[in-house]
Amino acid sequence: MQIKESSEVYDVIIVGSGAGGGMATKQLADAGLNVAVVEAGPFFDPKNPEQMTQLKWPYESPRRGAGTTRAFGEFDMAYGGWEIEGEPYTREPGTKFDWFRSHMLGGRTNHWGRISLRFGPKDFKGKTRDGHGEDWPIGYDDVKPYYDKVDKLIGVFGTNEGLEDDPDGFFLPPPKPRLHELFYIEGAKKSGIPVIPGRLSMLTKKLNNDRGVCFYCGQCARSCSVYADFSSGSCLIFPAQKSGGKIRIYVNSVVREVTTDEEGRATGVSYISKDDRKEYKLRGKIVVLAASACSSARILLNSKSKQHPNGLGNSSNLIGRYLHDSTGASRAGFIPGLMNRKTSYNEDGVGGMHVYSPWWGDNSKLDFPRGYHIEVWGGMGMPNYGFAYNPNDFNKFFDLKVGGYGDSLRDDVKKYYGSVIGFGGRGEGIARYDNYCEIDPTTVDKYGIPVLKFNYKWSDFERNQAKHMQDTFEELIHNMGGIPLGEKPGKESDYGLEAPGRIIHEVGTTRMGNDPKTSVTNKFNQLHDVDNVFIVDAGPFVSQADKNCTWTIMALSWRASDYIIEQLKQQNI
Amino acid sequence: MMDRRKSIQTMILGVGAAGLAMHGCTPETKAPAEEEITKGAQGFYGRTPEEAERDAKLHEEQLFNEHEMETIAVLSTVILPPKEPHGGPIEAEVPEFIEFIGKDLPTMQMTLLGGLMWLDHKSNTEFGVDFKSATLEQQKQICDTICYHDPEIPLNKQPLEIQFFHMFRGLTLTGYYTSKVGIADLGYKGNSPNVWDGVPEDVLEQHGMAYDPEWIAKCVDQSKRNVIAEWDEHGNLLT
Repeated sequence: MQIKESSEVYDVIIVGSGAGGGMATKQLADAGLNVAVVEAGPFFDPKNPEQMTQLKWPYESPRRGAGTTRAFGEFDMAYGGWEIEGEPYTREPGTKFDWFRSHMLGGRTNHWGRISLRFGPKDFKGKTRDGHGEDWPIGYDDVKPYYDKVDKLIGVFGTNEGLEDDPDGFFLPPPKPRLHELFYIEGAKKSGIPVIPGRLSMLTKKLNNDRGVCFYCGQCARSCSVYADFSSGSCLIFPAQKSGGKIRIYVNSVVREVTTDEEGRATGVSYISKDDRKEYKLRGKIVVLAASACSSARILLNSKSKQHPNGLGNSSNLIGRYLHDSTGASRAGFIPGLMNRKTSYNEDGVGGMHVYSPWWGDNSKLDFPRGYHIEVWGGMGMPNYGFAYNPNDFNKFFDLKVGGYGDSLRDDVKKYYGSVIGFGGRGEGIARYDNYCEIDPTTVDKYGIPVLKFNYKWSDFERNQAKHMQDTFEELIHNMGGIPLGEKPGKESDYGLEAPGRIIHEVGTTRMGNDPKTSVTNKFNQLHDVDNVFIVDAGPFVSQADKNCTWTIMALSWRASDYIIEQLKQQNI
Repeated sequence: MMDRRKSIQTMILGVGAAGLAMHGCTPETKAPAEEEITKGAQGFYGRTPEEAERDAKLHEEQLFNEHEMETIAVLSTVILPPKEPHGGPIEAEVPEFIEFIGKDLPTMQMTLLGGLMWLDHKSNTEFGVDFKSATLEQQKQICDTICYHDPEIPLNKQPLEIQFFHMFRGLTLTGYYTSKVGIADLGYKGNSPNVWDGVPEDVLEQHGMAYDPEWIAKCVDQSKRNVIAEWDEHGNLLT
C-alpha cells in the first residue's frame, strides 16, 4: 500500500492540540504562518450540544454519572483514560507508571483542574538549591514576561501575595471561600500553615468579548460551553481561526513519526488516519511536537533513520529519560461541625478550590528535599453515582448502628451531606536518569506503531514527603474538630503515595539544557540535533516544582513560538 | 405518605406516567441563561459515538426478568418508602437504574441475581410465598436479618445475603438521590447559573464561622464582573 503524500508544504506542522500545541498554534498562526494541527482524536468544541455534558443532571444518563467509560465519571470531558482499547503501553516488571491520555481537540485541557501556578525562581535552580536533579538553562526572569502574557491572554484568578516562590501575576479577583474552606482556613491557622486564595484559570471577571464570565456551576471538568475556563480549543485554537489564521486541523490522525531528508532535517510527519486506517504524509518546513511528554518522546524514538539511528534528536540517548510526575497523596475527614447543613443556597462555586496552601516548609530541616502544596475539596456537591451509597456510615462515630433501612435513611443522608473535607498533596519528585520510558519493540498498537514501556520507581525522598503529607492531613483534620476517614496509610503502602503518572503531570522526557550531551533540546525547546524540530509540551521540563505544569507549558510554548518566528525572520531555519 | 400499594401498582402500570405526574407538580423555575445553554443539548448526554453505541446495546439486553424487576421494585420501596412530596424509588426510576447499572458494571450481577433468589427462597421457606407477595411485615422480618453488616469484617467475607442487602440499599439510595425527585428531597440548589458571592450570614452563624474582612477585600466584586479586566504594570487590577 502506497503512503499518500500531500502536495501542500505547511510552514509549521504542530502535533497535538493541548496546552502546548494550542499556544503554538495561536502564536504561529497569528504571525501569519500556514499551520497544520494534527490531532489523534476527534474535533471537540465545549459548546457543541451533542458533545457537551455541562449542566447535565445525573438522571439524564441511565448510569447516573458512573465512570464506566470515563475514569473521572461519565460527564468528565476527557476522551480516553488510563487504558485505551487498542493503544496499550507496557511496564518493566517491578516498576509502576499509569498513563492518562485524552484524544480530542484540546486534549487534557478540556477536563483539567485549571490550577495555574507559576514556577518560582528557586524552582528553575533545583541543583543549586539542594544538589538534587539539574538546574534549568533558564531562570524565572526568562519566563516571567511569558507568564505575564499568559495571565492576560488566558485569565487566571488569584491574589498578589508577595511570596518569593509563588510569584505575583496579573490576576482576576478570586471567589469568596465556601463554608468548608472557612473551616480549612481556621484549621490550618492552628498549625501555622499558610492559606491563600486559589489560582485557577476561570474567568471570575470579563477578560474579552469572545469569552463568557464564570456562572459558578462548579463543572470545569466538563469544559465550559461559554468558554469561561481555559481549554485549548476554546481559548487558543478557535480565536486564532477567528482572527483569520491559516490553520488546517487534521483530526483522528495518529502521528507515527517525523520524516527526515538526507541531511537528517525534518520534512514533515507521517500519520495513520483512524477513519480509513491508511498512512499519510504531511510536508512541513518546521515540526512542532506537542503530543504530551511521553507521546512526543515516543514519536521521536520511533523516527529512526540513517542519520538518526536511535531516534530523531536522540544523539544524547536521553529521550524518555528523567520522566517524572508530581507526587500525590490524599486523605479525607469527617467534620461534625459541618453536619446538618442548610441547603438554602447554591454553593457550587468554581470547579475547583477557592483556597489552597502553597508549600510552607523548610526542606533543609526535613528528610525530603522538595515541597508540596495542599489542594482542598468538600461542600454540598451535585449527587452523582455513588452518592448516599453508604447513607449512614458516620453513625459509627456516634455509637449508632450503621445500615438498616426505612424512612430514617433520608434523615441520615441530609444530616451528613457536605460534612466531608478532603486534601490532596501535590509535590515535587526528583527527576532521575533511571526513571524513563522507551520503545517496547515487542508490542505495537492497533495502528502498527511500537508502544512505550515505562520504568519508574519512587525513592525515599518521595515516600518521606508523602509521610509528611499524611501527618499534616491528620493534624489539619483534628484541628477542624474532625475524624480522619479510613486507616492512615503507612509504610507498607508508601504512605498513600500514588503510583507515578497518577497525578497526570508527567514531564521531563526531552529535557532542555545547554549541553547536547546531557539534554535533548536547547533553552528554546529546539532539538539540539535537528534545528527544525521543536517540542512545546512538558517534555523539555528539567524539573517539575511543587506546582502544576500547565501554566509553564504555555509560557514556554509561547516563548518557543517567538523564537521560531525570530529564527524564520533571520532565515536561520 | 404515599400509599404503598398504589405506588407499586404505578410501577407495574408504567413508570413513565408516574414520572410525568411528579414533574407536573414541580414548577419549572429555570433561569433564561440555563435554558439557552441546555436547550440545544436536550436528548444528548454527551456520549461519543462509541459510548452511544455501547449504551444502545446495553438497553437491548435484559438482565432481570419480569418477576425480578417486580421484586426489585418492592424491595427498594421497603428500603426507602415513598414520602410526599418527593416520592420514592419508583418515581426515581430506581428499578430501571439497577437493571442498567447491573449490565454496565457486570461485577455486581452475581450478587444481585443471587440475592434476589435468596429473598424468594427465604420468604417461601418462612412464609410460603415469594418475597414480593409477602406482607410488608413479613418482608421487614426478612430484611431485619440481613440489613446490618459487621463493620469489623470486610464486606466480601460476610454472607452473600448481607453483601446483597448492602449493595441493594446502596443502589437504591444512590438511584434515588441522583434522580430528579431525590435531588429535590435533598434540597441541592446547584447545577444552574449562579453568581457566587459567599456563604449566607445565617449559615455562617449556624456553624460559628465568619469572613475575614481582609480576605474578602481581595475577592471579586460581583457588581463589576462584566467589566473587562485591566491592570497597571504591577498587576494591580484597575477595573
